[in-house]
Amino acid sequence: MMDLPFILNFLLMCAKAAGLLGFVSISVMFLIWWERKISAHIQSRLGPMIVGWHGALQTIADTLKLLLKENIVCREADKLTFWLAPLVVFVASFLPFVAIPFSKNLIAQDLPLGLLYILAVSSVGVIGIFMAGWGSGNKYSLLGGMRTAAQIISYEIPLVLSILPIVMMTGSLSMNTIIGAQKNVWFICYQPIAFLIYFISAIAEVNRAPFDIAEAESELVAGFHTEYSGMKFSMFFLAEYTNMFVVSVIATTLFLGGWQGPLLPGIAWFLLKVYFLIFVMMWIRWTFPRLRVDQLMDFAWKFLMPLAFLNILVTALVMALIK
Amino acid sequence: MDLQIHTENLGTQNKPQAAFETEDFEVSFGPQHPSTHGVLRLQLTLDGEVVIGCVPHIGYLHRDFEKICENRTYTQIIPYTDRLDYLGAMNNNFGYCMAIEKLMGLAIPERADYIRVIIAELNRIASHLLAVGTFVQDLGAFGTPLLYCFREREKILDIFESTCGSRLTYNYYRIGGVSADIPADFQKKVKEFIDYFKPKLKEYEDLMPLNAILLVRTKGIGILSKEKALAYAVTGPNLRASGVKFDLRKEEPYSIYPRFEFDIPVITTGDTWDRLRIRMDELYQSLRIIEQAIDNIPQGEHIAKVPKILKPPAGEIYFRSESPRGELGFYVISDGSTKPYRLKCRAPSFCNLAVISDLVKGVKVADVIAILGSLDVVLGEIDR
Repeated sequence: MMDLPFILNFLLMCAKAAGLLGFVSISVMFLIWWERKISAHIQSRLGPMIVGWHGALQTIADTLKLLLKENIVCREADKLTFWLAPLVVFVASFLPFVAIPFSKNLIAQDLPLGLLYILAVSSVGVIGIFMAGWGSGNKYSLLGGMRTAAQIISYEIPLVLSILPIVMMTGSLSMNTIIGAQKNVWFICYQPIAFLIYFISAIAEVNRAPFDIAEAESELVAGFHTEYSGMKFSMFFLAEYTNMFVVSVIATTLFLGGWQGPLLPGIAWFLLKVYFLIFVMMWIRWTFPRLRVDQLMDFAWKFLMPLAFLNILVTALVMALIK
Repeated sequence: MDLQIHTENLGTQNKPQAAFETEDFEVSFGPQHPSTHGVLRLQLTLDGEVVIGCVPHIGYLHRDFEKICENRTYTQIIPYTDRLDYLGAMNNNFGYCMAIEKLMGLAIPERADYIRVIIAELNRIASHLLAVGTFVQDLGAFGTPLLYCFREREKILDIFESTCGSRLTYNYYRIGGVSADIPADFQKKVKEFIDYFKPKLKEYEDLMPLNAILLVRTKGIGILSKEKALAYAVTGPNLRASGVKFDLRKEEPYSIYPRFEFDIPVITTGDTWDRLRIRMDELYQSLRIIEQAIDNIPQGEHIAKVPKILKPPAGEIYFRSESPRGELGFYVISDGSTKPYRLKCRAPSFCNLAVISDLVKGVKVADVIAILGSLDVVLGEIDR
């Protein structure tokens, strides 16, 4: 690509970004409908049934409604922060897509430090959430924002620690190299504990139940986005589902062999695995009560972190022995 | 020398000084909040996530029930009692009608007695189901347990609908009996419900102690000691969860309750988990009563011969019954006219709520919701 003139390079970049954005939007729309259907069937309801086949077009109708809504900014709000927050949150959730390998060659840019890049940019989102909590000028929002900041920072540590053994085993941070290393055996077989730690931390990272104390409907009304409505609210929504997608992608890539699989094309295997993990997340959400904020912290610092360290130690020992 | 200065400094600073200025944080929980169970406002003072003060503000639902009653005839009051504790409306009807019957010395037909008890216990099941469902919902299990409980409650509401035409505010009991006889398929429907409900109840019983998050959120949280419960006049399941065996159906048996065999479940710890457990246990006992009564409904009238215009003799009465939330008392003074001179309602939720300021001191914000949910208050009867 270095050979192309700058303008062509730029256009190519824009096309890739537009393609990814289109994929993200459609995927999120599907996920919202899917979550509503799954939750409905778990709760012995039917869910949306009117708009389209089994309510498949419901999300589009909802999006239209949100787009047409009035923009409400409260008097007490810190205007600039309030406006910027949803953008920061969404952009942070969208940036990782650059390094996501959808299939063997379907990857916007196979960065040599892809994994590090994904982890780094996706953790910027917490700043946006805290901005929303602070900028709303609402006490519930502030509480929600504070909780999220504490939670995400805490869970980032076991999350990264759980990934380390994989990096140690492959000696690479490139997504495609890691996938290539799982040609015969998925890493989940070598590292089941790391997978569990990763998955639990990931659920906490994306603020889903049972770790959804940031939103905590029954305590904090809607947490950090209590004061948001219309398009700004839908940005948060978009970001939440995009984040779910991203963490599932990392899990798929690191532990489930990425796009590899027999018969079906790579992209199909990739989406199948990712959506299955998202389904598990939804399943958990609609089944469990929420942890209290201090119990959540205890779990991260006193249980997940030591376990992750132990896992790294054991991996290192085994690797040294094999050598 | 150094040491001396150091100790001197310690002496003057009793409290460790914070690096920066801190402030307590005042939050209004409600009146518009997803888990206040109506329109309750809790004025919370927070230190970070920890609650240091709580003042409940009530009165948003005030309808002046007691004053209205002074201007209504005795029969006209019955629908107003529905709106006190709207989740246990049948039990409110029951308590009020019994009070007036006792004041008048009215004997009611046996068939009416049986119908009343069965309906009241079904209503208790419906009410407890909602209490359990909303409580687990408040803990953050979004929707699923609530809707499961709603599904079961729906079957009871269907039975009520076929019996009296309503699903929430029934206005079914009358002074002297009930407003209409039970439909022909009533017994069949109730039996179907019992057969359907028992395995479900077993399932929930098995499910709940297995959920680690539920246990960790409820065990040891908001412990209401026996002494405190008695001092605050807490009644109903909340009192029994604190280790006091007090149920008016046994203590001061009314209607035909003495004819049935049932136990009063008691648990001793008095935390939120126990308050959840006790309601599950009481569901079994209510089912037991219904099972014993349903096959023995005698033939006969469903309402006694009562004069069209009710004029209880001058006098006063306090009658209390066990509503799903505790001791529901009606104090009625009659001056011999068609309307009560004064009617006072002792609502169980009112006393049960009073205990919250004490229970939530020093707990986390999330626990306030858990404790409030476990007390199972209905604002309709607190504000009256």
